[in-house]
Amino acid sequence: MEPEAALDRRLPLLSQKTLLLGMRILYERLVTLAFVLIALLISALPLQAASFEDALTGFTADSFNDTAQAIAAVTESGDPLAIQVLGALEEARLMFSAAAQKVYFKDKTDKLFDAATGVALATAPSDLNPVRLNNRLRGLLGTALGTLTLMAPNASKRMDAAQSVFKSRNASTLPALDKALAQEKDADVKEAMLEARAAIILNITDATPDEKIAAIAALAERGDNDAMVMLRGLPADAPANVKQAAAAAVNSIQSRLAIWGNIQNLWYGLSLASVLLLAAIGLAITFGVMGVINMAHGEMVMLGAYTTFVIQEFFRSYFPGATDYALIVATPAAFLVAGAFGVAIERGIIRHLYGRPLETLLATWGLSLILQQLVRTVFGPTNRDVGAPSWMSGAFQVGQMSITYNRLWIIVFSMVVFAALLALLRYTSFGLEMRAVTQNRAMASAMGIRTGRVDALTFGLGSGIAGIAGVALAHIDNVSPNLGKAYIIDSFMVVVFGGVGNLWGTLVGALTLGVANKFLEPFAGAVLGKIVILVLIILFIQKRPRGLFALKGRSVEA
Amino acid sequence: MTTFSTTHPIWGRSGFAFLLSDTGGKILLGLLLAAVILVPILNLLVPASSPFHISTFMVSLFGKYLCYALLALSVDLIWGFAGILSLGHGAFFALGGYAMGMYLMRQIGTRGVYANPTLPDFMVFLNWKELPWTWYGFDMIWFALIMVVVVPGILAFAFGWLAFRSRVTGVYLSIITQALTFALMLAFFRNDMGFGGNNGLTDFKDLLGFNLQTDGMRVTLFVLTAVFLAASYILCRFIVSSRLGRVLIAIRDAESRTRFLGYRVANYQTFVFVISAMLAGIAGALYVPQIGIINPSEFAPANSIEIVIWVAIGGRGTLYGAVLGAILVNYGKSYFTGALPEAWLYMLGALFILVTIFLPKGVVGAWPTLKAKLQERIQSSKPKLEAAQ
Repeated sequence: MEPEAALDRRLPLLSQKTLLLGMRILYERLVTLAFVLIALLISALPLQAASFEDALTGFTADSFNDTAQAIAAVTESGDPLAIQVLGALEEARLMFSAAAQKVYFKDKTDKLFDAATGVALATAPSDLNPVRLNNRLRGLLGTALGTLTLMAPNASKRMDAAQSVFKSRNASTLPALDKALAQEKDADVKEAMLEARAAIILNITDATPDEKIAAIAALAERGDNDAMVMLRGLPADAPANVKQAAAAAVNSIQSRLAIWGNIQNLWYGLSLASVLLLAAIGLAITFGVMGVINMAHGEMVMLGAYTTFVIQEFFRSYFPGATDYALIVATPAAFLVAGAFGVAIERGIIRHLYGRPLETLLATWGLSLILQQLVRTVFGPTNRDVGAPSWMSGAFQVGQMSITYNRLWIIVFSMVVFAALLALLRYTSFGLEMRAVTQNRAMASAMGIRTGRVDALTFGLGSGIAGIAGVALAHIDNVSPNLGKAYIIDSFMVVVFGGVGNLWGTLVGALTLGVANKFLEPFAGAVLGKIVILVLIILFIQKRPRGLFALKGRSVEA
Repeated sequence: MTTFSTTHPIWGRSGFAFLLSDTGGKILLGLLLAAVILVPILNLLVPASSPFHISTFMVSLFGKYLCYALLALSVDLIWGFAGILSLGHGAFFALGGYAMGMYLMRQIGTRGVYANPTLPDFMVFLNWKELPWTWYGFDMIWFALIMVVVVPGILAFAFGWLAFRSRVTGVYLSIITQALTFALMLAFFRNDMGFGGNNGLTDFKDLLGFNLQTDGMRVTLFVLTAVFLAASYILCRFIVSSRLGRVLIAIRDAESRTRFLGYRVANYQTFVFVISAMLAGIAGALYVPQIGIINPSEFAPANSIEIVIWVAIGGRGTLYGAVLGAILVNYGKSYFTGALPEAWLYMLGALFILVTIFLPKGVVGAWPTLKAKLQERIQSSKPKLEAAQ
C-alpha cells in the first residue's frame, strides 16, 4: 500500500525520466520486500511446525515426565491441531509409534491421523501404542485444555473453559486467562472469565489486598454457592480488611441465596401443584358431580401415559422427522382412550352401584387391579420412556435458579386444561346439565335432563381429563403400570382438601398442597414432609369435614 | 327402647344365649374346636408317611389364614355393624405385628450377626449407640403384649375421636384412613424411625425361650391363633347382639336419626373402632411369629383394601362370613399365585367387581336366597307332579 500511495503523491511532480527512475526504485523495493517476506515465511513456517512437531515427539518417550513436558509444549505452540491432540490424549485416543518417532491420533470412529499434519493415514504403523496417563497428568491436561479453549472461536466453548478455570482455580492459567480476557468480546463470557480470574486471585499469595478485595467483590456479584464456598475457604493468614470484605460478601450472598431458595421452592411447588391439579381435576369432576369415588382414576392417568407412549413410538417408526409433533396427536388421543374407558366403566359397573358409594369404591379398586395387570401383560412390567419434544427439553437460567422447559410447559398445560374445563362447565349446554345434576339430581331429571347420559358423559369427561394428565406425566415420570398408584392418594387429598363440587377448590387445594410440600421438604426431608402434609390434612378434615369449598344446602347430605 | 332391654338375649337367660341362635357361629366355633384338637394330633403324633398327616408347612399356612380371618373379623365388626369402612385397618394389624416383632428382636440378643446384647442388628449397622426410647420395655413379654393392643387402640382412639366427633363419615372417612396407613407406611420406611426401615424386623429366634422353628412351636401358635379367633368371635358376637350393638346397627342404617334420638353417635363409633383396632393388633401379633417377618409393606393401602374384599366376599355383617371370606380368598391367592401367577390379579380384580355387583351380601348371604329359591321351585313343582299323576 505504502509504495503506491507514495507514487500517487509524487506523480504530478515527476518528469518522464524521474518517473522511470522512480519506478525502478519502486520495483527494487518491491522485490526486496517480496524477498524479505518469502524469507520470513520460509524461516517462520518450518520454525513453528518444528516446535509443534518437536513438542509431539515428547509423547513417544513413554515416560510420564516427558509427556508432561510435551503437554506444556503443545499448549504453548498454539498450533490449531493442539486442541485435537490433547483432547485425543485425554480420551486415550493418542497413539505413538516408538520406531517411527511419530504421534498419531484416532478420531471417534477409530480412523488414524498424523498428529503433526492432521492428514488421515491409510495404513497404521505396526507398533502403535496409546500414550499413557496418570492422575497428575490428567490434572495438567485438564488445565491445558482449559487454557487452550479459552481462546476457542466458539463462544459456548470459551464459556465452558472459563467455568472450568473457575472450578479448578489453577494459578498457572492466569496468564492465559488475562490474554483471553483482553480480546474477549462476548459480555457473558467476559463476566465468567472475570469471575474465574477473581477466584484465582483470591487464592494466590502474591496478589495485593486491593486486588483481593476487588476479586471478592466480583465473586459476591456472582452470588452462588460456589462463590460462597470459595470466600469461606479464604486462607487464615489473609489481611484483616480482606477477611472483613469476604465475610460481608458471604453474608450478602447468603441472604440473596435464601431469597432465591424461597423463589426456587415456590417454583418447585407450582410445578408439583400443576401435576397434582392435572391428576386431581378429573377426580373432582367424577366425585363432585356423581359422588363416585373412582379408585381406578390413577389407571386412567396411566392409560393416557401409555397412549402417549404408543403414539410417539408410532411417529418414531413412520414419521421420524415429525416426532416433535406426536404430542399434538397424543393429547386428544389420550383424552379419547381414557374417556372411552370411563364411559365403559360407568355403563358397565358404576351404573349398578349408585347410592352405594363404598361398594363403588371397592369395585373401581378391583377394576384398577385389572387395568394394571392388563397393561403389564400387554406392555411388560418395565418402565417405558417417552422422549420430550425438542421444545420441551433444556432449561434457562433466571438469577440463581434454572427453569426447565418441561416443567414450565406442564404448568402452562395444566392452566389451559383448567381454563378449558371451566369454560366447558360454564358455557356449554352439557356443562349446564352437569351442574343441574350436581345440584339436584331429582329436579334435573324432572326437567327432562337425561341424568343417566349426563352421568356417563361426566364420568367420561373426568376420565378423559385424567388421560390428558397422563400425557403430561409421561414426560416427567416413568411410564409404568404403577404410574397411577403413585398419584391416586395425592389426588384424593387434593380433592378432599379443596372440597368437592367446585373446581376452584381443586385449584386452591393443589396449589396449597404442592407449595406446602416443597417448602416443608428442606426442613423435614421429602418423606417426612409428605407425612406432615398427610397428618395436617387429616387434622384439617376434622375442622372442615367437606373441604375448603364445601357445597352448601341440601346437596350436602345427598 | 325398653323393648330392647327386656328382650335382650343376654340378660334374660344364660350367659351365652346370644350364641344359641347363631348357626353360622356355632359351625365356625365347632370347626375351630375340631382344628384345635385334630391339628396337633395329625401334625405331631401321626407319622409323616400317613395320608392323614398334616405337614408343618400347612399348619403355618392355615395359621396365617386364621390371622387374616381375625383381621377380617375386626373389619366386619366396624363395617358390617357400624357402617365404618376403614381402608386403613392394615395399619393396626401392622402396629400389633411390630409390637410383637420388637419383642422378638430383643430376644435375639447376642445371637445376632453383630452379637450386640441390647441393640438389634440393624441399629448396630446404622451405627447407633443406644436403644431409642420407643424400644424400652420390649424385652419383657407382658409389656409387648400390652403394647400389641394399646398402640393400635390409642391410635384408633385419637383418630376415631377426631374423625367421628367432626362427623367425618362415608367415603371421606375411608379416604383419610387410607391416608393414615399411607403416612405410616412412609414413616416406617424411614431408617431413622428406628423400626428397621424397609427391611423391617426379621430373623427371629425364639418366643418365651421356645425356638420358633420347631414343629411344636408352630402347632402351638396355630392353636393359639384359633383360640384367639374363637374368643374374638364370641366377643364380637356379644358386642353386636348387645344393646350397644343394636345402637351400632341403628347408626349404620340411619346415622342422623340415631343422633336425633339422643344417642352420642361419635362415642359409639369411637368405641367400636378402638375395639376393632385392638383385634387387628392381636391378629398382627399372632401373624408375625408365624411368618417370621414384619416390614412396612404391611402398611400399604392396597393390603388394607384387600381385607375389605375378604369381608365383602364372605358376607358383610355376619362375622362368620368375614372369617370364611378371609380363608377362601387367601387360599385362592396361595393356590393361584403358585399355579397361574399372571392371572391372580385379574381374578382378584374381577372378584371385587363381581361381588359388589352380584353378591352384595357375600357368599354367606347368597345361601339363604339360593335356598329359598330352590325350595320355591320344589314346592311349585310338587303340585304339578301331583297334578300330572
